[in-house]
Amino acid sequence: MDTLETFKLATSALKRNKSRSFLTMLGIIIGVFAVISLISVGTALKNYITKQFESIGANVLYVLPGQVGNGQGGFGGGGGSPNFAGSKLKTSYIKEIEKIGFPITQVTGDIEVSSVVKFKNKQTRARIVGGTPDIVAFTAYTLNKGRFFNNSEVTSSRKVAVIGSEIATKLYENKEPLGQDIIVAENRFKIIGVLESRGAGSLGSQDSVVVVPISSAQTVFGVTNLQSIFAKFAGENQADEAKTKIQNLLLKSLKPEDFTVINQGTLLTSISAILNVVTIALGGIAAISLLVGGIGIMNIMLVSVTERTREIGIRKSVGAQNSDILVQFLIEAIFLSLVGGSIGIIMGVAVTMLVGKLIAANAFSWWSIFLAIGVSSLVGIIFGVAPAYKASKLDPVEALRYE
Amino acid sequence: MINMELTNVSKIYKVDEVTVTALDNVSLKIENGDFISIVGPSGSGKSTLMHILGLLDKPTSGVVKLDGEEVSFKNDVKLASLRNKKIGFVFQSFNLLPRTTALANVELPLIYGGVSAKERHERSKEVLESVGLGQRTHHFPNQMSGGEKQKVAIARALINNPSIVLADEPTGNLDSKSGEEIMSIFKDLHKKGNTIVLVTHDLDIAGMTKKIIRVKDGKIVRE
Repeated sequence: MDTLETFKLATSALKRNKSRSFLTMLGIIIGVFAVISLISVGTALKNYITKQFESIGANVLYVLPGQVGNGQGGFGGGGGSPNFAGSKLKTSYIKEIEKIGFPITQVTGDIEVSSVVKFKNKQTRARIVGGTPDIVAFTAYTLNKGRFFNNSEVTSSRKVAVIGSEIATKLYENKEPLGQDIIVAENRFKIIGVLESRGAGSLGSQDSVVVVPISSAQTVFGVTNLQSIFAKFAGENQADEAKTKIQNLLLKSLKPEDFTVINQGTLLTSISAILNVVTIALGGIAAISLLVGGIGIMNIMLVSVTERTREIGIRKSVGAQNSDILVQFLIEAIFLSLVGGSIGIIMGVAVTMLVGKLIAANAFSWWSIFLAIGVSSLVGIIFGVAPAYKASKLDPVEALRYE
Repeated sequence: MINMELTNVSKIYKVDEVTVTALDNVSLKIENGDFISIVGPSGSGKSTLMHILGLLDKPTSGVVKLDGEEVSFKNDVKLASLRNKKIGFVFQSFNLLPRTTALANVELPLIYGGVSAKERHERSKEVLESVGLGQRTHHFPNQMSGGEKQKVAIARALINNPSIVLADEPTGNLDSKSGEEIMSIFKDLHKKGNTIVLVTHDLDIAGMTKKIIRVKDGKIVRE
């Protein structure tokens, strides 16, 4: 009996029990879907964070207030230091670190506060970034129009602001924002520049930002110190040298527990490692549902074999080989899991695309798809073999007698 | 020419601790072109005898020869292929595949014999026509009367031109008119030279065959 005939036979049996076949497949659909989409979420998160780090540029050291982890891992980044309020990082350190010279090439510091910004009767929430003109080199901000503030405006604490594209559309709509006022924490700032959009729908919205001189931000929010200091250094090989030099300099006025110097590379590596583990864990949890789906197939195949005992007897009485019966039932099981798996893959890829769009990072990973295909066909074979074997070994006389 | 030959065939079942001798040292010769009925009360062993003749059941001891060749009951592959090519089975309860057309039911042995789709259709149609079901090829078993179903089953049994046709109470589930029709098909087949063995407990049916074998307590009591 050829394969095509067996295949036709198997699918026609599945067609006869459409809703049962679909429900059995649903287990696999959900399992494969869960594996792919959870792995994509993990992958997207990793790619997003990597991208965020890379936008700051390579070869950057972070100086963060207090102890962050053990100086090797732990989250911190530019986004929000755990103990910003007690920060002992003075603005003057920026200049002092700059004076170290080689291998340090460029230094900036910032504070970041979330606050409501207003224009006339409109208001929205924005991330207020206080920085120096050098921050542009670290954040890859590009101007759409206007200009960035300069060093003298920082020194004189001028109330000038560069706003993100989202703020521009939300508060000023079709009006020209340049030269207009923006109220930040009850203080009037003058808009001198508008940033280029950095991609719609980013996590925490990169475009919902207002950049102001560090000194002005400190005045407005009543803080005196910095949230973090960023220092660029010449080359990868100088990372340790730069780190030691900054540490030695800061130790002259600060205690070791007052600050942490983190190398972006090390940080990125440890964050990647953590996210990889998280992704694998998510995939593993999802794989359990795939296992449950497989058991569902086995269950329904066993029911099917029992139900069709007489049919098996008839087939054997007209000359079906044991192997013909085995293959027939095995193909049914594999078909269920492969078709279910394919539907799950399509749905999973759709979610992957969506996640990729939402986070603005690549969420697609081939290995999750190969894994899903591999596992779903394996599920079909493993959970199909036992019922198919049982069917093939039925005694024809007994089977024909079965009511 | 001897078609099928059983020598000292016994079949002993073990149900829990009780042994049941279904067939006790049975020897039997069936010649080509024979039209035989096997009769006996229920539990006499006639069904077991039928299943061994049809190579569906394995004897505990003894030798079975089909077309002069000894049948090896250890080789499942060979047994299935013999059932496919040399034996046609007709059952009391028809045993057609449900939700499968008459044509597809008749084709079934050819599928397992590896015959191409085109040839399968042609041959099955021909055989269905020969049993008078030329117009019913695409009907499903649940759309057919008992007599029609049994005709489909006979067509399926004949499709591979078997050496022997075995029928287990073929008229048992039919009204008398349909039963007569089925019997007349068997009589025609006999006239054409087919070897036919019927199992029945209806002596009228048995009377239509050329030879009657009586079975009792697992033994042949009279030929």
